[in-house]
Amino acid sequence: MSAARLSAPNIQLNALGKIKHFLTIEGLKKHHLTEILDTAESFINPHTNEIKKVPLLRGKTIMNLFFEPSTRTRTTFEIAEKRLSADVASLDIQTSATKKGESLLDTLWNLQAMQADMFVIRHAESGAGHFFSQHVAPHVHVLNAGDGQHAHPTQAMLDMFTIRKHKGDIFDLKIAIVGDVLHSRVVRSQIQALSILEAREIRVIGPKTLMPVNTEALGVHVFHDIEAGLKDVDVIIMVRLQNERMQSALIPSEKEFFKLYGLTEKRLALAKPDAIVMHPGPINRGVEIDSAVADGPQSVILEQVTYGIAVRMAVMSIIMSNAAQLAQHEAEQLALATQESTQSDTLLPTETNA
Amino acid sequence: MTHLAIDVNALLDDLCQQIKTKAIFSQAPKMIGIRTGGEWIAQQLHQQLQIEAPLGVIDIAFYRDDFSKIGLNPTVQPSNIPWEIDGQHIILVDDVLYTGRTIRAALNEIFDYGRPASVTLVVLIDRKGCRELPFQPDVVGQIIHCHQTVKLSGPDPLCITMVEQPCLDGSTLTHSELDQHKESA
Repeated sequence: MSAARLSAPNIQLNALGKIKHFLTIEGLKKHHLTEILDTAESFINPHTNEIKKVPLLRGKTIMNLFFEPSTRTRTTFEIAEKRLSADVASLDIQTSATKKGESLLDTLWNLQAMQADMFVIRHAESGAGHFFSQHVAPHVHVLNAGDGQHAHPTQAMLDMFTIRKHKGDIFDLKIAIVGDVLHSRVVRSQIQALSILEAREIRVIGPKTLMPVNTEALGVHVFHDIEAGLKDVDVIIMVRLQNERMQSALIPSEKEFFKLYGLTEKRLALAKPDAIVMHPGPINRGVEIDSAVADGPQSVILEQVTYGIAVRMAVMSIIMSNAAQLAQHEAEQLALATQESTQSDTLLPTETNA
Repeated sequence: MTHLAIDVNALLDDLCQQIKTKAIFSQAPKMIGIRTGGEWIAQQLHQQLQIEAPLGVIDIAFYRDDFSKIGLNPTVQPSNIPWEIDGQHIILVDDVLYTGRTIRAALNEIFDYGRPASVTLVVLIDRKGCRELPFQPDVVGQIIHCHQTVKLSGPDPLCITMVEQPCLDGSTLTHSELDQHKESA
């Protein structure tokens, strides 16, 4: 086998088929996801739920580029990076050179010149993560922290982790996702992750105006009636109304939306008695979820935030681990090729003077 | 290449006797095993010594110094120390002491939990001659040469097989030589 760097068909994977960039759940295999979930488990103290600092990424530099506002994702990424002992720089886009006319790529290359090993990127444009990953140096990694309406893979993975923590194997569960499915990058990633992890049934619930065309093609059951959709489910994932992404009025009013699709205690009672309620945040109380439910005993919304640290630690450490393993593999291949070349050289007939 | 079965129970009994002679044994020590082999050994010692505090287990995968070379151990599990480290006398147990790098990692992890009063290192096998860091065991079951390897399987039954590989001059260590090494340790 040649020692040359092989080109992987999936931009997210390296030549060994392991995660190099984490841009979307799409195209990943079950073992990729379970590796993330299992590794995240090892960061959490089983007695206290505390996440301890470890020296795993000491000497590595991670840069957070958030071109869109974020509280939970940005903060948990920063904490995760610091818990891994990485050096962390967070770019304030409001005062960055991109505001002075510098192109995105020039900004990226300048930051790369500051010895960045990994970029965590959130951007309003779908595909921003892919764009960055195509332009970084081979040793630099890109994590998508949310791009437009496309994907939010680490959020989906922390949701999977939360479900697994409470319910064990995802394989036997009925899961309902309720709300603005049309504009939600989180939902897209959640559906992909649940499908890969072979959830028994995925239901999406919402008004027709907030449902993508041909949603069934994603392998989900679509409900426009929340009461019917919530019946006997194990997990309810509420998603936020993304008013900032709506090009026109797709719902009569928030009040009307709550009346038709808001999660109330009465509606929660339709699910299984031990069902858990999740929400990626930020929550709009009285719009998609009632306070009594959001703060109630079945809500695991704040746990999701905590687990977000461990899951992001897992993703970042796996990526750096995979890079180390690939480098070792390439070094071995190169040594082998050199050895073969040396052997073949010694077998060459010596030239005679003509 | 010769395979020799080692009597694990005899070694464990010997370790227990040695630990009982240490001053820390009268100071309510707490025990930590290093996953995986060290944990198996520690489980046996913990039971035989009737140590009251539950056994602690550490997985040093996140503390290894070769992460940038070989990456992450795929079987990493959470460490579990169910009591405060601060001010405690710790008995740290591992199966084989070889280069000393595992012990370095284990100590780093222990100190991330707190500041112990003392750490006593107990190893079943001390593989001498290839130490890369300045660590020596306080309690040792058996000393072997670094050109010999041991294979530990467990946890139930706990079995150790020593593989004797020829020295450079073609000879192998005899049992009496091993005993001499142990006496001089």
